[in-house]
Amino acid sequence: MPQERATKRSGCAKQRGFSTATFLAGVASFLTLGAAWGVLWWSNLFDRGLLPAPWEVLKVLIEQMTEKELWLDILLSTRRVVVGVVCGLAIALPVGFLLGWYKSVRAFIDPVINFYRALPPIALIPLVIVYFGIGEPARVSVLIYAAFFSSVIVIYEGIKMIPPIYIRVSKALGASDFEIFKKIIVPAALPHVLTAFRVSTGVCWTTLVAAELVAAERGLGAVIVNGQNFFQVPVIFVGIIMIGTVAVLMDQVLRYATAHLLTWQESM
Amino acid sequence: METQRQEARERVIFKNVSKTYHGDHGSVKVVEDVSFKLAEGEFVSLIGPSGCGKTTMLQMLAGFVTQDTGQITLDGGPIKGPGSDRGVIFQEYGVFPWLTVEKNIDFGLSLRCNKHLESQRKELVAHYLKLMHLNGFENAYPKHLSGGMRQRLALARAYAVNPNILLMDEPFGALDAQTRLALQLQLMEVLTEERKTVLLITHSVEEAIFLSNRILIISARPSKILRVVDVPFPYPRTPELTATPEFQRLRLELEEVSMQQYAKQQELAAETQ
Ligand SMILES: Nc1ncnc2c1ncn2[C@@H]1O[C@H](COP(=O)(O)OP(=O)(O)OP(=O)(O)O)[C@@H](O)[C@H]1O
Ligand SMILES: [Mg+2]
Repeated sequence: MPQERATKRSGCAKQRGFSTATFLAGVASFLTLGAAWGVLWWSNLFDRGLLPAPWEVLKVLIEQMTEKELWLDILLSTRRVVVGVVCGLAIALPVGFLLGWYKSVRAFIDPVINFYRALPPIALIPLVIVYFGIGEPARVSVLIYAAFFSSVIVIYEGIKMIPPIYIRVSKALGASDFEIFKKIIVPAALPHVLTAFRVSTGVCWTTLVAAELVAAERGLGAVIVNGQNFFQVPVIFVGIIMIGTVAVLMDQVLRYATAHLLTWQESM
Repeated sequence: METQRQEARERVIFKNVSKTYHGDHGSVKVVEDVSFKLAEGEFVSLIGPSGCGKTTMLQMLAGFVTQDTGQITLDGGPIKGPGSDRGVIFQEYGVFPWLTVEKNIDFGLSLRCNKHLESQRKELVAHYLKLMHLNGFENAYPKHLSGGMRQRLALARAYAVNPNILLMDEPFGALDAQTRLALQLQLMEVLTEERKTVLLITHSVEEAIFLSNRILIISARPSKILRVVDVPFPYPRTPELTATPEFQRLRLELEEVSMQQYAKQQELAAETQ
């Protein structure tokens, strides 16, 4: 019997997610961005009151951290996003499954979902304020809404796309409906669930900041609004940079988790 | 052995079975008035041009497709959907990419309906891993396997739950000649140990003659049974059989018949385009 060669495509064995090279490239690209900013400041093309120097912003950042409890704003915003994503996804999972699995349910609910999905969550903020006031429930409900509609579609498209051959194979081996769900649907849908997680996290950050800009005492959106109210441009910069940083970090964590959970996938 | 097979009870009966698919581009009649029987322990092959409806016939027996008219009987009753009594080897393999080789083979054994095999679970997996020459790849994911290895993995997974009817859709199609022969011999060995009823789809006349009691030559679409050929060679068969003049004569004869059907099907395909 000829010994078969396993087709080892290059890159397959290599771990995806974090590698030193991509990490260094990432660092380098941010350093370049910082340098460009410095040059722009130095060139005096913009009024220095409108474009602060990088080190000025860094100083304000440290100040905010130590004196104004910036970390609390970061924590609050992150917590809102996490709560929104987790709750939104918790609802999107069963709904997405029903939509993906049952054609009749899909035909009935699809148009409605598409309507709400096309609606930017930010457009709902005024209505939510009318209903819930400007407290925490208002913000979190907008986020749950945003997370739900951005992820439900990814999940149900994913479930719809599970190759029927897998179901057939398992049925031919005698699998019950529950076993098919547990052993085929769940693992086959996992890549799409993780994608939904990432997509809704991104959408939630966007929505959160909008919600906090409108009404919040604390949070990164509120930091930006405060900067604007007191005309402290470096503070606005600090808010923007922190939002970007936290969002990127969260996405990296999710990417890393994805790469580890889906080692079996052909390519990503 | 032959006479014993003749007397055996009938396990599968196709009686005047027809099937039409209704697709977006109109209806295609794929199976027309097909009748045949599979006796206990019998090995029957289907040969016919691509697209003539062989897979459809096998899937009807597997319980995934229902006929429009006619009856299909399995052990005296109608078919009520798929079940673990019939092992199916699909043309597309369907190995689970999220499971390792070992877990793929174990899949059927992990199901509740196969609880009776629980005590032998480990040995069965190890046995078929070895039988299909997949050892060394226990913990590899299918993405690291070649096409032939995936096909053998699908075979191992189906064999492991020990079904007594095997429905095999071009099970050796993706294999090189030596592996193919090795697996054919293995299959025959398994079949002499445990009596199984087999329905095999193949494009190879040689494979059909070498393995079967009976060959059904299927016509171009809509598929009818064009000819039923009883293969006269006694079991156990060895590779030397294929070199005998009797074998070669039969092969040439059947190849001619089937070539005609392939040509017809091609004309048909050209017309519909
Ligand atoms: N679910 C389906 N819906 C509509 N048409 C179908 C369906 N399944 C198969 N067909 C059509 O029926 C015909 C027969 O298909 P089938 O898969 O049974 O052929 P086959 O003999 O197994 O071919 P091959 O040797 O290429 O595997 C083909 O023309 C195919 O396009
Ligand atoms: Mg086929």
